[in-house]
Amino acid sequence: MVHIKRLQEDGADIISVIGEIDASSSIELDLAIAKSVGEGFKRILVDCSALEYISSAGLGVFMSYIEELKDKNIPMVLFGMKEKVENTFSILGLAELLHIVPSKPEAKKLANELSV
Amino acid sequence: MNFQFNIGCSLSNLKGIREFVRTSLKDQQVPEIEMSAIVLALDEMCSNLMIHAHHCNPNHILELHIDIPQRGKFIFEIVDDGSVFDINEFHEPELGNLVHQKRKGGLGIRLVKAIMDSVEYFKRDDKNVCRLVKQVK
Repeated sequence: MVHIKRLQEDGADIISVIGEIDASSSIELDLAIAKSVGEGFKRILVDCSALEYISSAGLGVFMSYIEELKDKNIPMVLFGMKEKVENTFSILGLAELLHIVPSKPEAKKLANELSV
Repeated sequence: MNFQFNIGCSLSNLKGIREFVRTSLKDQQVPEIEMSAIVLALDEMCSNLMIHAHHCNPNHILELHIDIPQRGKFIFEIVDDGSVFDINEFHEPELGNLVHQKRKGGLGIRLVKAIMDSVEYFKRDDKNVCRLVKQVK
């Protein structure tokens, strides 16, 4: 079960992912990112501080946007990830393919740098 | 020590599977990072079976067995009577190809193989058994 909240700060769309993302709930994450892109946001930050669990279905959602966001020059930065969640990204080597930083200020800074 | 949990093939039951695995292993002094990885691998295997072998039919049942023959050694068996979905027969796609093709699937198999020491399949009493073994140091 996952809850997703979106709010905007300094022009960036912040997607907060709360709870667990598995094969039954990954669609919610997919829809949230699709909405953010569809609404024309130029920077997307994903707040993972309340993300307790992610399976490959959720990882696949992030992966599936890498190319599209690159083409549209929209940086997506994930932040606040718990160690057990980050480990799932690391097992697959996804930590190198995605932008993952510890805190929101760092995420904002990186997104600003990447969007120049 | 052993545990068993029978569950219908609905993706909404994955949370129950994760809780069962975590509860069964809670007194085994498994470090949290390892515990999370084991729970993840079982979630991945069960969701693969539910989707590919049982088309998410909640009337189809998976039996999940956990056997702990000695401290730190865990044998997980998923027993069903659907078609066999042998992850050893699938080549994990390259990450670069997944990104390029914008595919959402194919990562679960990679995770399971990275986390578990072995994944094997055999028949027992006319049913399919998928056995995953993990030794935690």
